[in-house]
Parts: sequence; structure tokens; C-alpha cells
Amino acid sequence: MSNSPTTVVVTGLGATTPLGGDVPSTWSALLAGESGVRNLDWEGVEELPVRFAAQLKVDPAESIPRPQLRRLDRNQAIALIAAREAWADAGYAPPAAKKGRKAAEEAAAAPEGATVDGDRLGVVLSSGIGGLHTALNSYDVFREKGWSRVSPFTVPMLMPNGASGHVGIEFGAMAGSHALVSACASSGEAVGYAIDMIRAGRADVVICGGTESCIHPLQMASFGAMRAMSTRNDEPERASRPYDKNRDGFVLGEGAAVMILESEEHARARGARIHAIAAGAGYSGDAYDIVLPDPSGGGQAKAMRRALTDAGLRPEEIVHVNAHATSTPAGDVPELNSIKAALGEDAAARINVTATKSMTGHLLGGAGALESVITILTLREGLVPATANLEDLDDEVDLDIVRGEPRKLPDGPLAALNNSFGFGGHNVSVAFRRAV
Amino acid sequence: MAVATEQEILDGLAAIIDEIVGIDKSEVTPEKNFIDDLDIDSLSMVEIAVAAQDQFGVEIPDDELRNLKTVKDVINFVQNLQQQG
Repeated sequence: MSNSPTTVVVTGLGATTPLGGDVPSTWSALLAGESGVRNLDWEGVEELPVRFAAQLKVDPAESIPRPQLRRLDRNQAIALIAAREAWADAGYAPPAAKKGRKAAEEAAAAPEGATVDGDRLGVVLSSGIGGLHTALNSYDVFREKGWSRVSPFTVPMLMPNGASGHVGIEFGAMAGSHALVSACASSGEAVGYAIDMIRAGRADVVICGGTESCIHPLQMASFGAMRAMSTRNDEPERASRPYDKNRDGFVLGEGAAVMILESEEHARARGARIHAIAAGAGYSGDAYDIVLPDPSGGGQAKAMRRALTDAGLRPEEIVHVNAHATSTPAGDVPELNSIKAALGEDAAARINVTATKSMTGHLLGGAGALESVITILTLREGLVPATANLEDLDDEVDLDIVRGEPRKLPDGPLAALNNSFGFGGHNVSVAFRRAV
Repeated sequence: MAVATEQEILDGLAAIIDEIVGIDKSEVTPEKNFIDDLDIDSLSMVEIAVAAQDQFGVEIPDDELRNLKTVKDVINFVQNLQQQG
């Protein structure tokens, strides 16, 4: 058992991803093995080393009116879309207007039990990169037209905590609004921090997750310069292929995913549907290199072991791992070795592993949250989405990778881990239990 | 530049406000106060002023912007400058 008596449950899920504009469409695309990776149609794209990415399936302009969209960076707009879906999925009423003449009447109209005391509502919403589009586009405006034509909303649009701020404002979250920035581990850490906020008694309900939108020529050039991305320009939908012998790098993706976490007591009192139990999280720092993971895998294994301890789980209770696996030659296999080190060879031999970045691409700061949502659905539905594009298994892979068709999980109480590792040596593993 | 009529300035301003903050053009009438009646915040007023300067070919200095509280204030300010210009 955990040190704390507070159990934290997941009551709402939301996402907008390269596979769909919401959670149900994303999930069905994952089960169908679809790819969200497409060619980029930019002017001058032929100058770039990588000419494809996993862009959003649904344009945020379809659900956010233009005047509001003007003052949101794309990463913030999609965070709001995912947060709204998660909020509604948790059974809460749409937020009343916070300002203006209509605020008082709207606030009075919400049904009982469908609202949260703002002082007991928190937000932890991460972005790894922040408002890159805003920063670069505003600099273009500045150079072409001078400072007075730069949008007065540039600063709140480019700051990486902007999404957290906007979501906090929309839902009236006054227990605290936070944005953990740890590259590709950012939103895994957001889930862990949200669990701790509830355990510590700082909040009853926390909106947590991650968002990223940085598919910009500079980012394609920068990751290209690192030789980190796949250059399979002739077959973009087959480029993200974790554990395949011919993998050659990650595929940049964009999207947002949000969960509503709640103390079990609070959720039960209002009769909420519980998707899963957010059992705990473990962290570590590699203290090794700014971009390369520690090749010993020691840091990653520590994060997983600490997640088990934090969640009060034994290694044998883990049946599934949603791996970080980004499809890089250097990263995928060492993570499997870390899993074996963390769980022990016997327990590791009984789990199955999947790498859903094969379909969604790599959402960087949004990855941990999206893969947490997928892990929760995997436990709830008892179905593991298969790793796509896995045609020729790397000889060094000796764990059970789900491929071909989705895999059924057994009935009963089960637990799973979701790993996220980021540049800077940030390692996080989040543990979920099936709700029974 | 030709001096715009009150109606032309009103229509132009209403179109800018619709574009920037999404308030329907019919809501923008001369007596409306930007903050109290139209719920427009100070950063949005900066955006609206910049767009109005471009559209009407006048300069609106920051310390003048503070005095433009209603739609009618802007119409008068633009007409005065255009007449001088």
C-alpha cells in the first residue's frame, strides 16, 4: 500500500491528436493501427531534411472561435480543447463565464454536483517547448513591421505555462496552477505532480496533462541537425517503427491530452465513473548527458522502481508497459533492458509492451499525458494497441512486444506503467491500476 | 486622406472589434463604453487601436488611448485628426 491513505482516481479523459479530434476517435484509430503521420505541404519543405510529421487530425479552429484563437498559441488552444473534453467526460458542467455581465447569472445556473469548489481544483499542464509558433511568427512581424505591430498577447502566448494558465482560468482552478517543463517527460511528471497534489490535500480535483505544437520549419531543422528524426521521406506513415530493425529516428507529432484526477472520496461522493486508479509515479535524473540517455539504463530503471514503490505495487502485478520507445536506434532497446532491471527478469518476461508513438508520432511534452490516457484505456478496455510498422523485429528485443493485432488483457485487477524520458535526463514512470 | 463620415468610422471600428474580440457589429454603437459595456480588456484595446490607426490613417498615442472610453470618443478623435490632417 501507498504511504498515503488517499486513493487518486481518473474520472475524465480528453485528447486531440494526429489520430483524431477526441479520445474515442484516437482510441479506435490506435486499435485499427492507423498512422497519424503525413507529408508536410509547406512552401520550401524540400529544403528540409525531414518533410513529414504527425500533425493534428482536426484543426483547433473547428471548435475555438477566431477571436479567442488569435490570442492562444496553438499548443494552448489544443490544451483547452482536450481539457474541455476531459471535464465533460468527468461529468462536470461547462464552466460559467468568469468575467463580464453574464458571469453571475451563468454561475448560478450550474446543476448541483456538477461543479467543483475552485479552491479545491488544481491544474498541472505541461508543454516541453511552449509557444514556438508565436515566438517565431512574432519575430517575423517585428522585423517586417516594427515593435508596435507585435501582438500585445505575444508574451502570454509564448510562455510554456500559458496552457496551464488558460485552463486554470477557464475552469476556475484556484488550488494552484502549475506547468512542469522537462522536455519529453513533462506531462508524465504532470500526472505525478497531480497525484501528489491530491494526496497532500492541496486539491480534491486536478486537471492534468500535456500539450505540444511545435511542427515548425525551425524545429524540423533543429531535430534534423541532431540527426534525431527519421528521414524516411518516401514512406512517412511507416517512418515511426519502434523495435524494428530499420528504425531510423523519431517522428515529430503534435497534440494535447488531459485527464481529470480526483480523490476517490470526492469521485464516489458524486457518483462519478472511474476510468482507472492513478496509483503513483516515480522519477529520476540521469545526471549523465543533456540529450543521450544513460546507456546503463540505471536512471530509467530507478524511475520505474520508484513508481512501483509509490504505487504500492509488486513487479508481478504489472502486466503491461506503454513504453517511451520513440523509434530511435539508440533508445528503444535500452528501455527494455531498464524494464527488466526494474521488474526483474521473471516479472518482465510475463508483461507485454507497446509503443504507440508508432502511430501518434512523438508529442514531446504531450507524450506522457497522451500515453497515460492510452494506458488507462488499455486497462479499462482490456485491449493493448499493437505497435505499428514492426516488420522486422530487432534481434536485441527479448520482451513481448504487441504487434500485428491488439492484444486482449486478462480480466481482474491489473496494473500498468507508462514511461516517459526527456532530454536533460528526466525519467518518469506513471503507474495505473484497473478500477475494479 | 478624405475625412470619413461618422457612419464610415463606426462601421470600420465595428468590423475591427468583430475581428479582434468577436463582438457582433450590431453591438458596437456610439454610446457603448469599451470596458463596461463591451467587456474589452486593455490588451485587446491596444490591438484595436493599432488596427484603427492602420485603417483610418491616424496616430493614436498611448496616453490618448486611455481617454478613449466610448465608441463615440474614437469616432470624434479620428474625425478631428482627419480634419486637421
